[in-house]
Amino acid sequence: MTDDHQLRVSKIRNGTVIDHVAAGQALNVLAILGIDGTSGEAVSVGMNVPSDRLGRKDIVKVEGRELSQSEVDVLSLIAPAASINIVRDYDVVEKNRVVRPDAVASIISCPNRNCISNADEPIRSRFTVLSDGVRCDYCETIVREDEVAANLDVN
Amino acid sequence: MRQDHLISASHLSREDIEAVLDRAADIDDDPAAFRQRHAGKVLGLCFFEPSTRTRMSFDSAMKRLGGQTVDMGPVESSSVKKGETLADTVRVVEGYADALVLRHPSEGAATMAAEFVDVPLVNAGDGAGQHPSQTLLDLYTIRENAGLDDLTIGIMGDLKYGRTVHSLAEALTNFDASQHFISPESLRLPRNVRYDLHASGAQVREHTELDEVLPELDVLYVTRIQRERFPDENEYRKVAGQYQIDSETLEAAADDLTVMHPLPRVDEISPDIDDTDHATYFEQAHNGIPVRMALLDILLSQDR
Repeated sequence: MTDDHQLRVSKIRNGTVIDHVAAGQALNVLAILGIDGTSGEAVSVGMNVPSDRLGRKDIVKVEGRELSQSEVDVLSLIAPAASINIVRDYDVVEKNRVVRPDAVASIISCPNRNCISNADEPIRSRFTVLSDGVRCDYCETIVREDEVAANLDVN
Repeated sequence: MRQDHLISASHLSREDIEAVLDRAADIDDDPAAFRQRHAGKVLGLCFFEPSTRTRMSFDSAMKRLGGQTVDMGPVESSSVKKGETLADTVRVVEGYADALVLRHPSEGAATMAAEFVDVPLVNAGDGAGQHPSQTLLDLYTIRENAGLDDLTIGIMGDLKYGRTVHSLAEALTNFDASQHFISPESLRLPRNVRYDLHASGAQVREHTELDEVLPELDVLYVTRIQRERFPDENEYRKVAGQYQIDSETLEAAADDLTVMHPLPRVDEISPDIDDTDHATYFEQAHNGIPVRMALLDILLSQDR
C-alpha cells in the first residue's frame, strides 16, 4: 500500500510536503501558494487518497521550495487539519501543523459585490479570521470556511 | 468616545452612547450654551447618495454649534464624475474641513475612508451597511419615550438591507433589551449582524407576522422596504407592501407603544397614526439636531 502511494505521489528530495489537506482542496492550496506551473518547480499532487485521520485527503508536494510561515498560516483557512513537512535530502526535518492567523490580506475577494473593497480604490481586501470563517474588514460580510475556497482571489 | 471616528454601531460601548445622549439632553435643555461652541470650525459634507434628513440635520447641527459646512454637492457635478476615487475625494476634502460626514452607496466605504484621513469621520450611511448617527438619535428617542433598559422592541420591515436596523440592533446589545425582528423570510437580518447579536448574548427572536409579538412591545421600529437596494425588481415586488400598519393594526398594541420610523416612509405607516400618541417618527427626526450636535461636539472637542 505504501509503495502504491509512493508511485502515485513520489518522494521529494528538498521542499515541502503539505499533508492532510481536506479532500478536494489541493488545487486551492496551489492557488494560495501562487503555484501555477510557470515558475519551474516540480509539484506532485495526490487527490482523494485514503487517510486514517480524514478518510480521504489530498497531498501536495513542492520540490525545491520551503513555505514561509505566512503562507502556511493562510493554508489553514481551507485546510485546517493540514500538516507541513519540510524535507531536506529526502528526510523530514521539520513537521508543523498549520496555525490560523488573526487576519489575512489580498488572499480572498469579498463576495459582497457592493463592498468598497471590490471598487476601484487603492486598498487591498482584508479579512479578520473567525473560528469558522473570515469577516471582511470593510463591509463586515462573513465568509464561512466552506465558502473561502470559492472566493480566493489567487485563482 | 474610544475612537476619533464613528463608523459602526458595533464600535460603540454603553458608555459612548450615554455620553452622546447625555450631551444631547444638555443641548436640548440649553441650546444657547452651545451656540458658539465650535465657531470657526468647518464640517465637510460628502454625500454620494441622496439624503434629505441626514444631510440637513448635520448641516443645521454644525451651524447651531457656531460652525460652518462645506458641501461637495451632488455627485453628478463633482469630481467623482471624472473618475476620482473615494480615497482621493476624502483626502482632498479633509484639507477643507475639521471633520467629515460621509454617505456612500458601497458597504465599508466609511471604514475605508477613515483609513485615509486624520480628521474625525462620521459614517452617515454606507449602502446596506451601517448608519450609526441615526442609531444615536433613535436611542435618544427611545430613551425619552420608553427607556433603554427592560425594553421590548420590535424592528419590522427590511432587515436585510436596512442599515439603520443593523446599527440599532447592534447598539441595543449594550442594554437590557429584548429584540423582536419581523420581516419576510427573504429580508431577514444578514449573517454578520446575526453573528454579532449571537456573540453578544442578545435576547433575539424572529417573526414573520407582527401580531405574534405586537402586544408585548414598548417600541415598534418600522422601516421602509427599499426598492433601491434590491438587485432584482421582481424580488422587491414579492415583498413590497407586506408590512403596513394603521390605527386598526395598533388596536392590539399597548396604549403606550412608541412607533418609530427612520423616514422617509412610503406606505409602511398610515397617516391615520400620525395624530395618535403612538407616533414618534417626527420627534425622532427632529432629535437629529441635538444628537448630531452632541456627536460633533464630542468629536471636535477631542485633543488631536
